[in-house]
Amino acid sequence: MPPAVDEPGVREVLDAADVARALTRIAHEILERNRGASDVVLLGVPTRGVGLARRLGERMSAVEGSAVPVGSLDVTMYRDDLRLRPARALEHTDIPAGGVDGKVVVLVDDVLYSGRTVRAALTALDDLGRPRSVQLAVLVDRGHRELPIRADFVGKNLPTSSRERVRVLLADTDGRDAVLIGAGPGQPAAALDETSGAGPR
Amino acid sequence: MSTTLVRGARLLGDRQGDLLIRDGLIVEVGPGLSEVGAEVIDATGLVALPGLVDLHTHLREPGREDAETVASGTAAAALGGFTAVHAMANTDPVADTAGVVEQVWRLGQAAGHCQVRPVGAVTVGLAGERLAELGAMASSAAGVRVFSDDGHCVSDAVLMRRALEYVKAFGGVIAQHAQEPRLTEGAQMNEGELSGVLGLRGWPAVAEEAIIARDVLLAAHVGSRLHICHVSTAGSVEIIRWAKSKGWDVTAEVSPHHLLLTDELAASYDPVFKVNPPLRGKADVAALREALADGTIDAVATDHAPHPVEDKDCEWDAAAFGMLGLQTALSVVQEAMVETGLLDWAGVADRMSTRPARIGALAGQGEGLVPGAAANLVLVDPSVRARVDPDTMASLSRNTPYAGMVLPGRVVTTLLHGRATVRDGVLQ
Amino acid sequence: MNRHLLSIDDLSRDEATHVLDTAAELAHLLDDTDRAVRKLPTLRGRTVVNLFFEDSTRTRISFEAAAKRLSADVINFSAKGSSVSKGESLKDTALTLEAMGADAVVVRHPASGAPHRLAYSGWTRSSVVNAGDGTHEHPTQALLDAFTMRRHLGPPDRPGALDGRRVAIVGDILHSRVARSNVLLLDKLGAAVTLVAPPTLLPVGVGSWPCQTSYDLDAVLPACDVVMMLRVQRERMNAAYFPSAREYSRRYGLDAPRLGMLAEHALVMHPGPMNRGLEISAVAADSPRSTIVEQVANGVSVRMAVLYLLLGGAQ
Repeated sequence: MPPAVDEPGVREVLDAADVARALTRIAHEILERNRGASDVVLLGVPTRGVGLARRLGERMSAVEGSAVPVGSLDVTMYRDDLRLRPARALEHTDIPAGGVDGKVVVLVDDVLYSGRTVRAALTALDDLGRPRSVQLAVLVDRGHRELPIRADFVGKNLPTSSRERVRVLLADTDGRDAVLIGAGPGQPAAALDETSGAGPR
Repeated sequence: MSTTLVRGARLLGDRQGDLLIRDGLIVEVGPGLSEVGAEVIDATGLVALPGLVDLHTHLREPGREDAETVASGTAAAALGGFTAVHAMANTDPVADTAGVVEQVWRLGQAAGHCQVRPVGAVTVGLAGERLAELGAMASSAAGVRVFSDDGHCVSDAVLMRRALEYVKAFGGVIAQHAQEPRLTEGAQMNEGELSGVLGLRGWPAVAEEAIIARDVLLAAHVGSRLHICHVSTAGSVEIIRWAKSKGWDVTAEVSPHHLLLTDELAASYDPVFKVNPPLRGKADVAALREALADGTIDAVATDHAPHPVEDKDCEWDAAAFGMLGLQTALSVVQEAMVETGLLDWAGVADRMSTRPARIGALAGQGEGLVPGAAANLVLVDPSVRARVDPDTMASLSRNTPYAGMVLPGRVVTTLLHGRATVRDGVLQ
Repeated sequence: MNRHLLSIDDLSRDEATHVLDTAAELAHLLDDTDRAVRKLPTLRGRTVVNLFFEDSTRTRISFEAAAKRLSADVINFSAKGSSVSKGESLKDTALTLEAMGADAVVVRHPASGAPHRLAYSGWTRSSVVNAGDGTHEHPTQALLDAFTMRRHLGPPDRPGALDGRRVAIVGDILHSRVARSNVLLLDKLGAAVTLVAPPTLLPVGVGSWPCQTSYDLDAVLPACDVVMMLRVQRERMNAAYFPSAREYSRRYGLDAPRLGMLAEHALVMHPGPMNRGLEISAVAADSPRSTIVEQVANGVSVRMAVLYLLLGGAQ
């Protein structure tokens, strides 16, 4: 069940229109930075990064008039915190035909927090091939980095306390688009599952 | 000589009474006895039984003194309430000559914990090929009357027939380990649903029953006495019941573990539950209890089979067969037979003392609690329930399947010819 | 999931499905031909010991490949032929492995229950994976067989892919750990299993197993979605399980006419090694519906999934 805004302590920081605007802006920024979409491959980090990547891809394709390849990159097997919890289920990895060699790979995730997921994604990418460059797009950057990693494209910078939970809702998985912030159980950033932005499953 | 007065015991679990013991004999039985100068044993609340007689004990000496010695095994026997044990012949060297049986007999005398009556091998080296010198063993100092290749079946029908006939000359009996060898090659546990699931080679009931059927017919044919070791199946009970109904001279024993435990324990793959014959199913246990109650099975015999840790601390297939039994036998019989109402204490005395002594033709044992009888007796507190702890056992081995189980009954005192071998549960 | 995988009974239907799903994802990851590195770092720093008391090169290699593709350190310990062969050696070996800090022990042993002893006797704290014990079980073989069936009879990633499917397992059921594990797993996954063998090669008590039995292969074949042929050792005829290899082959071998009785979509499986000409003809083994070679490849994915799920998370 998607959390409601009227849940105590939960506040909506982006509504559906905000999310749509942020994605449109990021799509344009990516095209601008790379002077078009040639050689660009969008790889979403499951679960919500995949939906975001697809939407970015749709927007970019509409602007460019040609299909931008979109895929997913599961980082489970590359995580540095596997031993902290029971073995996790793998998510689907789907690399578009043509692979990543020589491409501009844009990793897409919902929330950037400790940076550990992105590090895992970079390692995973390393095993797949050798992109020309790798960029990072996130809907929300909530701070509290534990690694020297920054995003190239950010929907919204959101100052948070590490005690708060940031949750990204997307229409296809959660029924509507929104970004929520609320009091959550105090979690060190590293133990928080930032791929879903929704705390531990 | 010494005089002992056992005061206030429930004799055979029934009426309260006193026992006056002088020079190793019971001289008087009745209420309110007194005797100046007698050592008094207060037996209030305890059940007095005649000293238990085991027809089937593996003392392992000579040869496997790492598993048990005559001294350690008979200590366990005394602590279990036994005043006599029959030491099985499968030692190394095999007890197939007068020399070996006399050695075991002397070791028993030297230890002094209980009477040791060696069992002689039926065939040389237990090889099942030619008869051992049965007569020499019978007329030796050990006075062997029970002959068995236990551990092996005398499977050759001709050899079995000859053995049955031959021991008539000196009132001996052949105690058969009934196991058809071809049907049990590599066998590991009771053949049934569970053996199929566990992938352990089955030991089918028919392998026991076929031999018993053959042997009761042989015994009838030659007019000999036959004793069946460790009966384990309902089918065996039926055959023995039929043989007895014909008036044939057939007796049988059951091991305590077959009265209490079932093959489901093999699912743990813990070889402490590996025994030969194997633990059987619930229906078999029920049939064995019933047969012991109605006398079809004459005796409880422990098949006490000590094994060193390394022979059990391994995979099931590689492990040795056998379980400790002497120190838990009476408790198991109380649990399986007395608490269930199948047998009263007089019945226990009959199945664990009187009849086994008679089967073994063992004078001075199993004579009951009557004036003139040898003063072999055991005082039991049936009200205690305690957890079985292998580390407190007198045996050199630890392979008891009851470890951790709570069982009733505690042997308080054992008297061997009037002398306490166990007092307050402590070996003397 | 349980700490150990000793029997298919250690897995619920959901857990078994989870193993198969994970294996599918891993196969997808590593079978990508564009992939630069055909390896995952997940079990870096973990040690997997292959403890084989019985020869089985194919199973050992499969586990070794699985562990290596997950970056685990692999130690192969072959106890067969060395001075240790039975008795205390299992315990001593376990204590040695414990001292070496094995995280998982993959054990193949001729004695049924040996992995169970290893797991529960307190000799070692490692996770224990049964790679085949005596005539008891071979759970990873069953998992790879089910994985193979799902791929072909799928929809492969949907739970319930095997519901209602009919599988015949043919041959020496009595001595087969593969058959035992497959019966348990396929039943959990909803398939209907029929064991086909001469009566001498069916275990006592098979009536209580969650499957049907038949003595008549020809009657069973037409309705099968899968026919799995088990290896029959020629030595069995010396113990009078059947009169001769010829007679066995005639009554229970998958020859060309019987291959023709199978439905269009039906699979022919064999856990290997095959006795061509005895339980399976070359025509059947090499036919397009045979998954025998594919089973080997799937074995690596399934064993990766098992090792990952046992060792990949917190204990």
